Amino acid sequence: MKPKTLFEKVWEQHEVAPETADTPAVLYIDLHLIHEVTTPQAFAELRSRGLPVRRPDRTLATLDHSTPTDPAEVFGRVPIKVESAARQVKEMEKNCREFGIDLLGLGSDQRGIVHVIGPELGATQPGKTIVCGDSHTATHGAFGALAFGIGTTEVSHVLATQCLLQRRPKTLAIEVSGRLRDAVTAKDVILAIIGKIGVSGGTGQVIEYRGSAIEAMSMDERMTICNMSIEAGARAGMIAPDETTFAYLEGRRFAPQGDAWDSAVARWRKLQSDSGAQYDRVVEIDASKLEPMITYGTNPGMVVPITAKVPDHPGDTIHAKSLAYMGLQGGDALLGKPVQVVFVGSCTNARLSDLEQAARVLRGRKVASGVRMLVVPGSQQVKREAEARGLAQVFTDAGAEWRESGCSMCIGMNGDVVAKGQYAVSTSNRNFEGRQGSGARTLLASPLTAAAAAVAGRIADPREYLGS
Amino acid sequence: MQPISSFTSRTVVLPFTNIDTDQIIPARFLTTTTKEGLGRQAFNDWRYDANGAPKPDFILNRPQAAGCTILVAGRNFGCGSSREHAPWALLDYGFRAVVSTEIADIFRNNSLKNGLLPIVVDEQTHGWLLAHPGVSLKIDLQASTLTLPDGTAVQFPIEAFARYCLLNGVDELGFLLQQADATARYEKTHS
Repeated sequence: MKPKTLFEKVWEQHEVAPETADTPAVLYIDLHLIHEVTTPQAFAELRSRGLPVRRPDRTLATLDHSTPTDPAEVFGRVPIKVESAARQVKEMEKNCREFGIDLLGLGSDQRGIVHVIGPELGATQPGKTIVCGDSHTATHGAFGALAFGIGTTEVSHVLATQCLLQRRPKTLAIEVSGRLRDAVTAKDVILAIIGKIGVSGGTGQVIEYRGSAIEAMSMDERMTICNMSIEAGARAGMIAPDETTFAYLEGRRFAPQGDAWDSAVARWRKLQSDSGAQYDRVVEIDASKLEPMITYGTNPGMVVPITAKVPDHPGDTIHAKSLAYMGLQGGDALLGKPVQVVFVGSCTNARLSDLEQAARVLRGRKVASGVRMLVVPGSQQVKREAEARGLAQVFTDAGAEWRESGCSMCIGMNGDVVAKGQYAVSTSNRNFEGRQGSGARTLLASPLTAAAAAVAGRIADPREYLGS
Repeated sequence: MQPISSFTSRTVVLPFTNIDTDQIIPARFLTTTTKEGLGRQAFNDWRYDANGAPKPDFILNRPQAAGCTILVAGRNFGCGSSREHAPWALLDYGFRAVVSTEIADIFRNNSLKNGLLPIVVDEQTHGWLLAHPGVSLKIDLQASTLTLPDGTAVQFPIEAFARYCLLNGVDELGFLLQQADATARYEKTHS
């Protein structure tokens, strides 16, 4: 039998009908994650056609994108400040009620960023097909699931039929070998990968991350890697499940229990790319040579080691436009550049281990005067654990704001924004113009680097803040 | 959705690479619950100053852009977020096609489902189009061609099923609903 890649195995197991020259494949979707921003028009479509949701039991709903993170707003002590967002939250509550979907709503202690709670609740599992009206759905591929972002029309397709029409993408293997140096994190690895292959290097492809550096990573770290696949243009990134994956999932709310657990693990063990399986393309990265990375431009591929200077490309008007937006010039050092905002959060870096990293730097230190630091846990469960472990205390003692979970400053549509012209070191995933607020200047980095910037009040090398 | 066959228009050129969906429509306008009216916010932060006044230098604010329905943009148009508000905004503004050398996957899918044609052309054709803003082009979906002013017809790739749906004004949900029996059989054997 022809050796198969992990992607091919998951894809073929979900074909309700295979693709033909005339029609795409009909692909079955095991888990549909939904949130308030990309679903209202999809529910309206179902309503106008008189269609029910086919599998409410395979639909997991939460509030995260336009939902505020200020506790007073979340728990209804004051009205939600962004009025249109308040209407969107209400609409989501109504849609879920009318279509019979359980919503992890504002009061739920299991609410959080959709890509944080799926894994946390054990709903994300190896071999599943998972979609959501959000491009960072790629996150769930860390478990060996085929997970990708879709638009609102496709959300309506999945709600109504639990299926999608899809053409089979190509495959790209990224082999990451070597041991990471101290203060070099999963975030630095994925930023370096995007810098290498470019922001459209993965277009039309599903990435499989492999190799010793990936195998050595925790699930939180693997999620950070897969999360940013879309920033390289790939709709999905996958990592083969292993003992680390199984240990993470065991005992979680939606994970199989008892005998079902044993048979699930036996099934999941087969989800490895066969030896000799062919990829359309292979890229190799030596992780042992990487340094902490930071972006300097207006897409995530514009990234350099933190000790490097801003690249100079004379005559490149697009590069110049990007640097003009950022208020930087080719040849500028990044280290030492003053910053006004530090954001630790988002589906990329707001899990417990990310907060632990930030706390490693902040413990016993203060956020520099003139810097606003916002720490936003990825879920209410992460929040509770961070509080129980004393991390929240570290943040508030340092002078950072500690919030309820949500997308927050990553997306600038929920009241948490960076002001025009301000520099923000953010652990999120996009440094596009205006992403964190109109005119905001975003520098993407790891939680360690973000925390170092908060303490220094300028871009700083996290290695200077970590005891040996 | 209205069937699409062919149309002719002058072009508007945005020569930048990697135009992401946050530029096409910033996230703060996504707190809507309908599809309508987003054209006013298409390219909002490039189009208007902080007071909401049109920036005179931006191409969409110039008289020659009026009535153009074909947008020519740099490589990797529509990257980033999966927001379908991006094609909704472009369509509501009046665009019917986007031409580039590369169009991001999710944006491409979203566009096809709404009748905005994502047209990928070779570097040479693209270079010529970037250098000649405002030229009149004919787009023929049946033939899958884009015809330049000198009469050269450039073939563009478009997935057969999407083309069928666009030409006939049918949507994919109807097709998927017809697969209900096959889906039920699948669910029985894969639970």
